[in-house]
Amino acid sequence: MDNAVNPSYRLELSSSPHIHSRWTVKQSMWLVNLALLPSIIAAVVYFGYYQLSILFTSVLFCLLTEAAIKYIRKRQITLMDGSAVITGLLLGLILPPNFSLVFTAMGAVVAIALGKEIFGGLGNNIFNPALVGRAFLQAAFPVGITTWHQPNYALDSVSSATPLAAFKFDKVITDITPMFWGNISGSLGETSALAIIIGGLFLIFIGIVNWRVPVSMIIGMLIFGGLFWIIDPLKYPSPFFQLLAGGFMFGTFFMATDWVSSPLTNKGMLIFGLLISFIVVVIRLFGGLPEGMMYAILLMNAFVPLINKYTSPKIFGVEK
Amino acid sequence: MKKKVTLWYEFFKGVWDINPAFKQILGTCPTLAVTVSAINGIAMALATTFVLVFSSLIISLVRKLIPSQVRIAAYIVIIASFVTIVDMVMKAQFQELSKALGPFIPLIVVNCIILGRAEAFASKNTPFRSILDALGNGAGFLLALFVIGGIREILGSRTILGFQVLPNSYDPMIIMILPAGAFLTYGLLMGFANAYAIRKNRKASETNIFKYKLEREKLNATEV
Repeated sequence: MDNAVNPSYRLELSSSPHIHSRWTVKQSMWLVNLALLPSIIAAVVYFGYYQLSILFTSVLFCLLTEAAIKYIRKRQITLMDGSAVITGLLLGLILPPNFSLVFTAMGAVVAIALGKEIFGGLGNNIFNPALVGRAFLQAAFPVGITTWHQPNYALDSVSSATPLAAFKFDKVITDITPMFWGNISGSLGETSALAIIIGGLFLIFIGIVNWRVPVSMIIGMLIFGGLFWIIDPLKYPSPFFQLLAGGFMFGTFFMATDWVSSPLTNKGMLIFGLLISFIVVVIRLFGGLPEGMMYAILLMNAFVPLINKYTSPKIFGVEK
Repeated sequence: MKKKVTLWYEFFKGVWDINPAFKQILGTCPTLAVTVSAINGIAMALATTFVLVFSSLIISLVRKLIPSQVRIAAYIVIIASFVTIVDMVMKAQFQELSKALGPFIPLIVVNCIILGRAEAFASKNTPFRSILDALGNGAGFLLALFVIGGIREILGSRTILGFQVLPNSYDPMIIMILPAGAFLTYGLLMGFANAYAIRKNRKASETNIFKYKLEREKLNATEV
């Protein structure tokens, strides 16, 4: 058989990079925005229409900041690539319900300016921009960002603490079922595990998100969370509670899988996910804060260059 | 060889061209740690300037007597004497400031600005020039600490030098009085200072190229 006839047998030679995708950057960014739609719907259903204004403010100020910085630096203004919209939506979805719009705008400006553009724009940021904005808000307005509102259909009309805060400070374990549907208090997009899983599986299925990061994070949570649970089931919560509580699901599917700030190699992704889960478990069970997802991902983002270095594939034909 | 540097530049270079905080990146520890408010920054910078001026003067006077093998130890002894004076005076006269600045006054002994100026300038120059250099670097440090402290105080506690400047409706950003705020402010200001310097250099080189082209055109015109 003549190989030249069938183009699929042809050996193509080109210089690196070799990563091939059927989506352009712009298309995949908008597909991620699409995948966030279930979470947005869940936020509106559980916390009311006001939450749309938080998301809108966040996206608007992300776009304005990006445009302003690109203009000052005399670069091409690329708002339609959707990356600033993603940052805005992600930031909005990890803020508490009924959060102040002024603070939201500040967080959006910090997320884009200090999280992304200061490193040189899309593709150069070390940290996940939305999490940088959230971390800034957490440090700047600690009271506002920990004021939780209960969802519209709350079974327990008195308590509005998040499941993790309730566990940490009152030793109360919330039921798994409302946590799966999202009928608990927490940040806008992170309460409904169902909506996140729909969006996340969609992204994995169309190949935008590499399955290794979410899978290794969930396995890591089952290992490390389960370990403590087996040691003392009365003192430590079950790993399934920890999986669904707080920002773990949202972080797993949308934050840690960020192309730019996650490792490049397959082995690196597995290490990255396992270590994030480990840090989350340590912060949740032994730290002062009820939730550690944000800091865990930011911390591991800083380790990504190191992980890339140590998991880089061996060059063929070169002896160690 | 005769020096061509003017006395004014000897002073002024420390304020901007080699500003200790923004250009030499020296003394970052006090810059980050004590700038919670503008008054703390000013006090820290004045204390540092006092030590800097007198230690530069003494080191410059004795620069030919110190064997080069033990020069660092000799500098430290001289610097430490003045730091002790500052520390005692502050404890006696400005108790509140002394408490606010805490261990950072005694730590001026190991402040890189002072040792750096001693090693780089005072040990090679005349006493008069050394004093000017020390005053300039002190002024630059004062400028940096005042600006950083002022920004952090305005955003973090609504006041500047104790006077309220922002309305009560403004929620103070707690991050600005935390260490993270110090890093953010310092980093951004350093970035702006460097961006300004780069832009200025580029403009200067562009005008030079422009002048050169003009001259070439004139030459060409005369040749033709």
